[in-house]
Amino acid sequence: MERQSNEAFFWTLFSAGGVIAAILIPVHIFLFGLAFPLGWLPAPSYEHMMALVRLPVVRIYLFVLCSLPLFHWAHRFRYTLFDGLQVKHLNEVIFTLCYGGAVVGTVLAGYLLWNMG
Amino acid sequence: MADKIILEVARYSPERDAKPSFQSYEVPVYKEWVVLDALNYIKDQVDGSLTYRWSCRMGICGSCGMMVNGEPKLTCATFLSSYAHNGSKVRVEPLRYFPVVRDLVTELSDFLVKLTKVKPWLIRHDEPPLTQGEFLQTPDQLDRYKQFSMCINCTLCYAACPVVGLDPVFVGPAAIALAQRYNMDSRDQGTEERTAVLAHPEGIWGCTFVGECTRVCPKHVDPAGAIQQYKLKAALDWVKSFVMPGEHKSKDVRSEAAND
Repeated sequence: MERQSNEAFFWTLFSAGGVIAAILIPVHIFLFGLAFPLGWLPAPSYEHMMALVRLPVVRIYLFVLCSLPLFHWAHRFRYTLFDGLQVKHLNEVIFTLCYGGAVVGTVLAGYLLWNMG
Repeated sequence: MADKIILEVARYSPERDAKPSFQSYEVPVYKEWVVLDALNYIKDQVDGSLTYRWSCRMGICGSCGMMVNGEPKLTCATFLSSYAHNGSKVRVEPLRYFPVVRDLVTELSDFLVKLTKVKPWLIRHDEPPLTQGEFLQTPDQLDRYKQFSMCINCTLCYAACPVVGLDPVFVGPAAIALAQRYNMDSRDQGTEERTAVLAHPEGIWGCTFVGECTRVCPKHVDPAGAIQQYKLKAALDWVKSFVMPGEHKSKDVRSEAAND
């Protein structure tokens, strides 16, 4: 039962991360990677962006945007290593490295957003 | 005069051979011939010792599934002529990942055990008296499970699924799709009883959503979709177990009872 709950937990993070990675990240890439640098849209100023980031709701949004896709990556990469390399005996190591990586990324994102501006 | 094609057929007799080998047969190609017709031609005209399973010849019985040029196919629904144009050979092998009984015949016991474990039948906790009449269903209620009910247990999806190959304890696509066929049926009350087997690392969580099962299904069932549907349900149940712990506990007791 415990194992079952674990799988449901990690799959929920994977699934939520997948939705964000598929829907929101392309919007950010389009805006900040193409539209603003190429002048398709008027780019906001640094001060304007900083003012936005100071809003708690924007920080929460950015935190979720950074964190959940990392868990999506962790789940995919775990199974890519697990099945792709067929290293069943390293399951615990792979598990720890993948989700551990996502946790480190999440903590780092939280730290940077918390200490911003 | 019909064109000819070479059929490379896997031959294996466990009592006699250390490992499977291939035997080549030249067979005529008629426009209306399927791979199964070619095997029947070999059996009747060339080599009566060739062993394979078949029955209905019309994609209903699900017994003539084989690997044709490395792809899981129903041989009764796979035209020989579609392989003939590059003058090449057609390689026919038993379905991948299954033990072989002889030549092209696979051993299905393991699949049948898995299928039985998910209880693919209508489960009722109450049986209303016959005088109440039949269980009525709306077209919408029928649509929810109808596509999963088209499964003919041909096991092509098992031969296509890399997880089945890597992890033999995985319950597998067809069994999960059939469990979902009954879970989605408005007449069924057995969803909780199926949870212990389905929401398990050897059940839905074993699936990594490769999607090959859905691609090869000759009856256009979507087992990959059934598994994703059930993953979402299991994840929501898991979330609910925090919101409403009492209800979840009673479910566990029932699941464990179903396990025994």
